[in-house]
Amino acid sequence: MRQFTPSTEVDFVVIGSGAGGAVMAKQLSQAGFSVVVLEQGGWGAYGHEQDYNKDELLNRFLPNVADRLMTDPVKQPNTFRRNDKEKASPGNHSYGCVVGGGTVTYGASSWRHLPYEFNEVTKDPTIPSGTGMADWPITYEELEPYYTQAEWEIGICGERVNSPFFAPMSKPYPVPPQPMKSSGALLKTGASKLGLTTVVPNVAAIITVPYMGRAACVNCGFCSGYGCHVNAKSSSAASLLPFAEKTGLCEIRANSYVREISTDASGKVTGAVYFDARGRELFQKAKAVVLAANGTESPRLLLLSKSKLFPDGLANGNGIVGRYLMSGNGGGASGLFEHPLNDYKGGVTGMAILDYVPSDPKRGFYGGGRMTARGQQTPIQYALGGPRNAPTWGAGYKKALIEQANRKMTLTNFITQMPLETNRVDLDPDVKDAWGLPAMRITMTSHPDDFKNMEFFKQKSVEILQAAGATTVWSDPVVDSRGGAHSRGTCRMGNDPKTSVVNKYHRAHEIPNLFIVDGSSFVTGGRNHPTMTISALAFRAADYLVKAAKSGDLKLTAL
Amino acid sequence: MATSKSRRGFLADSVAGLGSVWLAANWPAILEAEEYAQRAATSAQPVVYAFFTNPQAADIDAMASQIFPTTDTPGAHEAHIVSFIDRALVTFARDRRPVYIQGMKDLQAKTKELFPSASKFSALTSAQQIQLLTAIEKTPFFLTVREHTLTGMFASPKHGGNFNKAGWKLIGFEDTLNFKAPFGYYDAIALKSGK
Repeated sequence: MRQFTPSTEVDFVVIGSGAGGAVMAKQLSQAGFSVVVLEQGGWGAYGHEQDYNKDELLNRFLPNVADRLMTDPVKQPNTFRRNDKEKASPGNHSYGCVVGGGTVTYGASSWRHLPYEFNEVTKDPTIPSGTGMADWPITYEELEPYYTQAEWEIGICGERVNSPFFAPMSKPYPVPPQPMKSSGALLKTGASKLGLTTVVPNVAAIITVPYMGRAACVNCGFCSGYGCHVNAKSSSAASLLPFAEKTGLCEIRANSYVREISTDASGKVTGAVYFDARGRELFQKAKAVVLAANGTESPRLLLLSKSKLFPDGLANGNGIVGRYLMSGNGGGASGLFEHPLNDYKGGVTGMAILDYVPSDPKRGFYGGGRMTARGQQTPIQYALGGPRNAPTWGAGYKKALIEQANRKMTLTNFITQMPLETNRVDLDPDVKDAWGLPAMRITMTSHPDDFKNMEFFKQKSVEILQAAGATTVWSDPVVDSRGGAHSRGTCRMGNDPKTSVVNKYHRAHEIPNLFIVDGSSFVTGGRNHPTMTISALAFRAADYLVKAAKSGDLKLTAL
Repeated sequence: MATSKSRRGFLADSVAGLGSVWLAANWPAILEAEEYAQRAATSAQPVVYAFFTNPQAADIDAMASQIFPTTDTPGAHEAHIVSFIDRALVTFARDRRPVYIQGMKDLQAKTKELFPSASKFSALTSAQQIQLLTAIEKTPFFLTVREHTLTGMFASPKHGGNFNKAGWKLIGFEDTLNFKAPFGYYDAIALKSGK
């Protein structure tokens, strides 16, 4: 791999190597620009993925091992509060922290946003006033070619469906969908009894046949929380970063914890200050900076980057940075069935029901979502959680644990959460991270319509499981999100510099050579996982950036 | 270059880094636990406990065996849970030692309190053990032993419990990491009927 010294001014520093950063690194280096990627996490098993273990004890219960793939809550604490009046208490927000970012350990769902989600505010009468709901400055049609490019370059499996509940595609998915599991068969039964029409395979960044030199998925079932040992998960680390490296123009620098994006007297960014693995503070010089650290780390870093010119943090003259945080609501129900599902085999996320994707005025609130089938937990999780309607230990516990094993299915829903100005990321006034920097603080309470939506989806989940023939159905009280890997909205894009942080090309309104390309750019959260939209936005942003840079807009010279 | 670094190579680098104290202390411990488990499993010698005294091990074995009992199928005793916990307490779960030390004292006291003629918990009848454990089932000690018992039952056998994959067999978990559809009853039916 090409290596640069920090004092060498490279064309771009990219902060973060996940769904946004990896696309940017690849596209920029392939276009001939020099790139240094600063990734706060370690290497994981990058380049030797066969070493990813499926050891539940190590992965879930002893997370502080050397090859940890998620953030370390001791080194990077965060705090949470419901509203501004509360004092924040320790939070449990966590996210991918490894070369490849969250895509290394994610469940790999890779759905597009729907066309109307880009401009629903002007069209949907169910949206309540007083929220941060706004139209995007781009349309679905503008983004569609980049969705296609992302799906084909990354390697996405799925089935193109002709339905108003499914985003239209100019090209089918490059890889066929994952095999249907028992949860999918039951979902079909339940849906058909209730008159629901659209049950489709999950769309996932998992290759079901050999693709671009990688082997097909073996249905081991250890997706979420684990690296893929056969490299069938199309993570950024598997599908994009190797191509960036091959250009000879891109250096990936792991264990690099950025504490500040620096600026000069003219207000342009000049590079990034970071701590390396040995705790040394270094400054990587660059002509431009691409910030892709995720929907919560990116705003935090902007807020940390205070200076005389930017007293409230970088790109934050309007106070919007960190606001409109959406981390995604869910909820659902579980059921037990007579026969074994064995749903621990196969991709972690099963088939989906799309009928409730649109918002419906008849329900009396704004909101929609996608319902997905999930199966059995991994063995230790299952045992500690315990069987349903049973003692927590002893012969009764054991009997029920054995009887219920592999007979459980859960409906997990991915539903709308409205952007609210009050929901945000900022800096905790008291808590510090292991580097002595202010910790991230999350303030969040979902809109009342979001709670009604969660209740609606919970009720529908119960009905579907009952219709599918479940012998027992249960659901937990709804709770809204307090963080997690799906963070969006905190540096929203828009045409008006007074109400947004970046423009439609992801350039910060206030700083001409700073680009923010991750979930933070989202204006609305959508009904689906954010990853595929992050990647598509990044391909689009890179396209613009390359053209602009080559025409001299950034005063960059192609190498 | 870093991409081809071995895990140990990576470790050597990061151990020198910031915030690596836990890592330096515990990663070798985890390797040690695995090696310990493998040595013990292949050794013909009687079990020598690293943390527990033999009477303590008997009490913990009895407790684990009430939490996950031997019925017509294997339980915590057959799965070597006491060995799993013993190893955990000298390796990756060192921080839980105080809970055990205090908990085993309290268990002894509770045994004397409820059954004055009994010498130790493991000597009680099964019904007496259940009665006692029910009385302490909300204590940190009981909850910790429960957590460790169930973790040991269903973790990879290389960590010392789940002997002969006893736990995995009970819940029908196959650890082949390689499956082909149909996976279960309902997708098999759907496949047959062509739905």
